[in-house]
Amino acid sequence: MADIVFDGGDFARLAAVPLIPLGAFFVQTLVGRFGPRKGDWIPVGALAIAAALGIFEFAKCLTVWNPGFRVEWKEAFDWIPGPAESRASFGILYDNLSATMTAAVGLIAFLIHLFSVGYMHGDRRYASFFAHLCLFSFGMLGLVLSDNFLSFFACWEVMGLCSYLLIGHFSEKPSAAAACKKAFLTTRIGDVCLFLGIAILWTRLHTFRFTELWDAVPRVLAENGGAYPGWLVTAGLLIFAGAVGKSAQFPLHVWLPDAMEGPTPVSAMIHAATMVAAGVFLTARAFLFLSPEARIAVALVGSFTAIFAATIGICQTDIKRVLAYSTVSQLGFMIAGIGVGGIAAGLFHMVTHAAFKACLFLGSGSVIHAVHTQEMPQMGGLRRRMPITYGTMLVSTLAIAGVPLFAGFYSKDAILSSTLVHAMEHGSILHALPAIFLFTAAGMTAFYMFRLILLTFHGEPRDAHKFEHAHESPWVMTVPLTILGFFAVTGGWIFGENWFLELGKGLPGMVVAEGEAAHHEHEAHGIAMWGSIGVAGAGILLAFAFYQWRKFSAAAWAERWGPVHRWVKNKYYVDEFYLATVVRFVMFLTAVQRWFDVWIVDGLVNLVGGIGRAAAAVSGWFDRWVVDGAVNLVGWLTQLWGGVARLFQTGRVQTYVAWGVAGAVGAASVVLWMA
Amino acid sequence: MSLGAYLAVATALFVLGLAMMIARRNLLYVLMGIELILNAANLNFVAFARYAAPAGGEAALRGQVFALIVILLAVAEAAVALAIVLHAYSLFDTVRPEEPDLLRE
Repeated sequence: MADIVFDGGDFARLAAVPLIPLGAFFVQTLVGRFGPRKGDWIPVGALAIAAALGIFEFAKCLTVWNPGFRVEWKEAFDWIPGPAESRASFGILYDNLSATMTAAVGLIAFLIHLFSVGYMHGDRRYASFFAHLCLFSFGMLGLVLSDNFLSFFACWEVMGLCSYLLIGHFSEKPSAAAACKKAFLTTRIGDVCLFLGIAILWTRLHTFRFTELWDAVPRVLAENGGAYPGWLVTAGLLIFAGAVGKSAQFPLHVWLPDAMEGPTPVSAMIHAATMVAAGVFLTARAFLFLSPEARIAVALVGSFTAIFAATIGICQTDIKRVLAYSTVSQLGFMIAGIGVGGIAAGLFHMVTHAAFKACLFLGSGSVIHAVHTQEMPQMGGLRRRMPITYGTMLVSTLAIAGVPLFAGFYSKDAILSSTLVHAMEHGSILHALPAIFLFTAAGMTAFYMFRLILLTFHGEPRDAHKFEHAHESPWVMTVPLTILGFFAVTGGWIFGENWFLELGKGLPGMVVAEGEAAHHEHEAHGIAMWGSIGVAGAGILLAFAFYQWRKFSAAAWAERWGPVHRWVKNKYYVDEFYLATVVRFVMFLTAVQRWFDVWIVDGLVNLVGGIGRAAAAVSGWFDRWVVDGAVNLVGWLTQLWGGVARLFQTGRVQTYVAWGVAGAVGAASVVLWMA
Repeated sequence: MSLGAYLAVATALFVLGLAMMIARRNLLYVLMGIELILNAANLNFVAFARYAAPAGGEAALRGQVFALIVILLAVAEAAVALAIVLHAYSLFDTVRPEEPDLLRE
């Protein structure tokens, strides 16, 4: 494996990848709407350049094919200058993970921008939509290239803000306004945990840089006799909590389905390229900080989320909600894969999922654009009207269902085999749970995705009026679909799991596949492959049986399982549970705080104010009557005397003469009298 | 005639002149008042000269020369004073002495 040589020019191009969209955001925000076409070409162009640069650098790495490479541009920009233990500098960390993500995010974000040109046509806030979308892309591109937790967290928060702005794009709709608030507040719980985790790491290790932190972990373990010290376990779990919020894992998954209130390109952006991928990315970056026990927790959270969301997805009728729960479920796959030690598998799935989920979302956007409804029971038979949309969505569905040769098959298979290896090595029920959950969820994935395809595109049109008006979307929408569909097919061949495998190597506590373990791995791989093909096939067949051949009636089954069906359809009442507990508790707290504020804080402030006013009144009286009185008295006396003296100075010659004569007479009288 | 009569007339003239200076409402009359005062002085000079040297001679001349000098002085004074009055008139548009009161300032 040859080394990859990076010079200043490469790093300059990499720095430009996030900075160009950032610049475009400012231009678009300030002057975009005055430009031709409301400036939509500024963000689209910026993303085109960023994607081209990202793919160029990625291609450079691919041609050498050295998955273990890692280059750094250290301390490119000093944010807080100073000695090593108190400085904060930003730089670029470019390894196989960030290289893949830069290229994938850049390309998908560009395609979503292009799609939005068609989808958002005529929108009231067209210009600002593109500005926010562009800032969103900056956040994700900056995040994947960050070499330290500080700029990582800054980009993380930029995405949080953008998700808020974009989900609430139709802010005149109360449901959208509520959804964006919910997304912001729910992810905020994770963000605070992440921040605390970073703070713990910084307090103990005095650095934000990923590479320095990774180097420090084995040292810490050695000092502690090979075990994870408590603070590191805490930091690892807190950082993972950040990922739980951002990647919508149970129990913080509630915001993601509601995020469907945003325009469909935003959903595609959040679900495929940005935001939720950031949490998986973070888990991979922070894997070293997770103790073995924490990893089991991660695997359980992920696999439980996968099966939990998959069951909900089966019962939804809104096309975008099915996709939303499918995203939550697939994110559970990735997180669980990382948790059981299959970092490479999890990241591989993240990249392939980005391609086919973006395609599915944009495809659903294309459908919604055509029929103006999101309810699948009102669609049907659309494949004759929208062949390109149908074809690309079908390909992506085959990919997500795990049909062999499509992208999702390879990545999901890798995750499943990782969980199997994990289960075989430890041999306890607890360690086997992720495998059981994920295999079940994989079957459900195939079922609900084909349910979506069959209800939307097959069968007879159920709403003739909508069907008559349906038409294929313009090229700006179908071209991105086609490109993404291409990657949904080929994503598994371009780079397999091997590309990411280097990331997991050399980690303390990682299983190195040798001897018995290698045997396990080989064995597991075979089981996983046939098992995943089996469950996927079963799911697909079941979907056909229900919705195409009508062997079973979905309505009758829903009737038979009435209470369960209601429970699942209403998302297990998690939202209602939160409303009744967390939200009500917070409301109660705010009421208490309000009472405290009104009566105690305001009371104290008013008391101090009252005392001040009284003192001021006394002081004012003294000032007005004593000090001013004395001054005025002096002035008044002077005035009085001046008035008297003025009487003598008339300015008339004759008066003066008269006074002169009077004086002379007076003087003479005195003289005479004296004599 | 006795000296007392002359002095009485001179006193009367002086008081009249003073009164005109103080009380008249026209600068020209004020000037005339000054002339009266001067003439009262002249009358005193001449009367005292005659009283000091009734037979004439050098001593009598001294007082009369003084009177002549005063007349000359009066002429000069009148010339200057009239010029002042004319200027005052052009400046204030009036010859009433009580109206200009610039001396207050």
